[in-house]
Amino acid sequence: MVNEQKKVMMEVKNINLRFGGVIAIQDVSFDIQEGEIRAIIGPNGAGKSSMLNVINGFYHPQEGEIWFRGEKRPSMEPYEVAKTGIARTFQNIALFKGMTTIENVMTGRQLQMNKNFFWQLFRYGPAIEEEVEHRRRCEEIIDFLEINHIRKSPVGSLPYGLQKRVELARALAMEPELLLLDEPMAGMNVEEKQDMSRFIIDVNEEFGTTIALIEHDMAVVMDLADRVVVLDYGKMLADGTPKEVQSNQAVIDAYLGVAH
Amino acid sequence: MDLLIGIFITPFAEMIGLPDLFFQALWDGFVSGTLYGLIALGFVLIFKASGVFNFAQPILVVLAALALISFYKMGVPAWISVVLVLIMFYALAWLIERLILRKLVNTDGNILFMSTVALSFIIIGAAQWIFGGRPSSMIHKELGIPTGSFEWPMFGGGVYFDLLDISAAVVAVILIVCLGLFFSRTKIGRGLRAVADDHQAALSVGISLNQIWVIVWFVAGVVALVTGIFWGARSDVSFALQIIGFKALPVLIIGGFTSVPGAIVGGLMIGIGEKIFEIYWGPLLGSGVEGWFAYFIALGFLLFKPQGLFGDKIIERV
Repeated sequence: MVNEQKKVMMEVKNINLRFGGVIAIQDVSFDIQEGEIRAIIGPNGAGKSSMLNVINGFYHPQEGEIWFRGEKRPSMEPYEVAKTGIARTFQNIALFKGMTTIENVMTGRQLQMNKNFFWQLFRYGPAIEEEVEHRRRCEEIIDFLEINHIRKSPVGSLPYGLQKRVELARALAMEPELLLLDEPMAGMNVEEKQDMSRFIIDVNEEFGTTIALIEHDMAVVMDLADRVVVLDYGKMLADGTPKEVQSNQAVIDAYLGVAH
Repeated sequence: MDLLIGIFITPFAEMIGLPDLFFQALWDGFVSGTLYGLIALGFVLIFKASGVFNFAQPILVVLAALALISFYKMGVPAWISVVLVLIMFYALAWLIERLILRKLVNTDGNILFMSTVALSFIIIGAAQWIFGGRPSSMIHKELGIPTGSFEWPMFGGGVYFDLLDISAAVVAVILIVCLGLFFSRTKIGRGLRAVADDHQAALSVGISLNQIWVIVWFVAGVVALVTGIFWGARSDVSFALQIIGFKALPVLIIGGFTSVPGAIVGGLMIGIGEKIFEIYWGPLLGSGVEGWFAYFIALGFLLFKPQGLFGDKIIERV
């Protein structure tokens, strides 16, 4: 944590998100620096996933600003956000169930494929090179995440842990600058959690991808994250390094409960 | 005993005894099969891209045929009328996306299905108001589609080929091959399949649902137009034509709701099957076998192979 000169990649400022009378997020601000692993933690219903959905464009906050790469971002639809280099995974796995692993990963290349429609249709000329190139990139990612053996399997039939990994592979295929992971380790056993943690760190270090993740498992977060934001009932409790956050009294109260 | 002979021996003896008649039945079945396949294709397209059974598909066929004839009657040259109908369908696709689908993103399939039911009645009403309800005849001659027939001697007899039928089969095959390639090879095709599986995930990899929906409804409109021209040429163009649309249901059950080749194979099975069955086994069961044969086969598929011959097998881990 010596390098204090890191550039801010994304900044959310005073986000307020309401669903009718329910306040999901109240005046939350934090930033994500280039190249870091940023964790968002908090008890159930704290607004973590909502926060991710705001960044991703699924939700549009009533108030607040999102700054990305030094520019204020206008209200965007999720597919437009994807075009700016932000990929994500979902808490309850959102894969294309009718497709195989490789096909799922290939959808991550969707935005990069721009050869003429008719070339693609007849698989001729520039479209062949394009397809081969994207295939190669996808195979690399599949190798990287060690899911080679299930390349041709329909994803619906895979065990949960592997489905999570395929989802990560699809997000990586987009070559994102910012990767949002919504509870990447939820429902996994210890071994699967270790694997996933290793992959997250590898992605961060080898590809230099900035990562923002939501996680429940405190031990995992403390090991993985460079900095942590703590939310509770839609409000921000703390923001700092894992150490700072762990010793923060408000955080301890929120997690362990306070005697009344 | 007579019954058993009637079922197991007589029909086959007739097939062998009069091969030209048998071949004629096969050909007729093949032609109506490709046409069933065409209608089924319209359903498959929208089902593939949005997971919705589009109740409005048969009425799109009628709409296409009626609009084409009306433009022509207004004095527009035949081929320009085709272009005008295509433009109209593009506008319609855009409107449907804007006014209906966009509001219903991420909702249950049943809600989307009901919205297509509503849509089909709105289109019926609007079409009756604009084009009137009287049957009219298709302008296929003006479009340069050959008519007439010829007899080709074979097996000591002869088989009649209708030029209209031949062109219908050729066009259907071309259309199906192109759409098959479109889905499996192009970026847009992949996007369509992605949208059908999961809206949220599709958005997150940068696929615009709105764009995909406009494309797919437009393509379904193109298929409806082709279907409308050829079905319209075989009978009159009227609102009764939409009944044929529901012949596509058993075709879909047999071929699988998500498969382009399934639509054509299912169509051929139904088309050929019901012709053969009607001619050779029909007399045993009284006439009108053609009316229910397709549904009978479909029921069998539902019991033993519910995803159809080519449908996506969805394996869900519980």
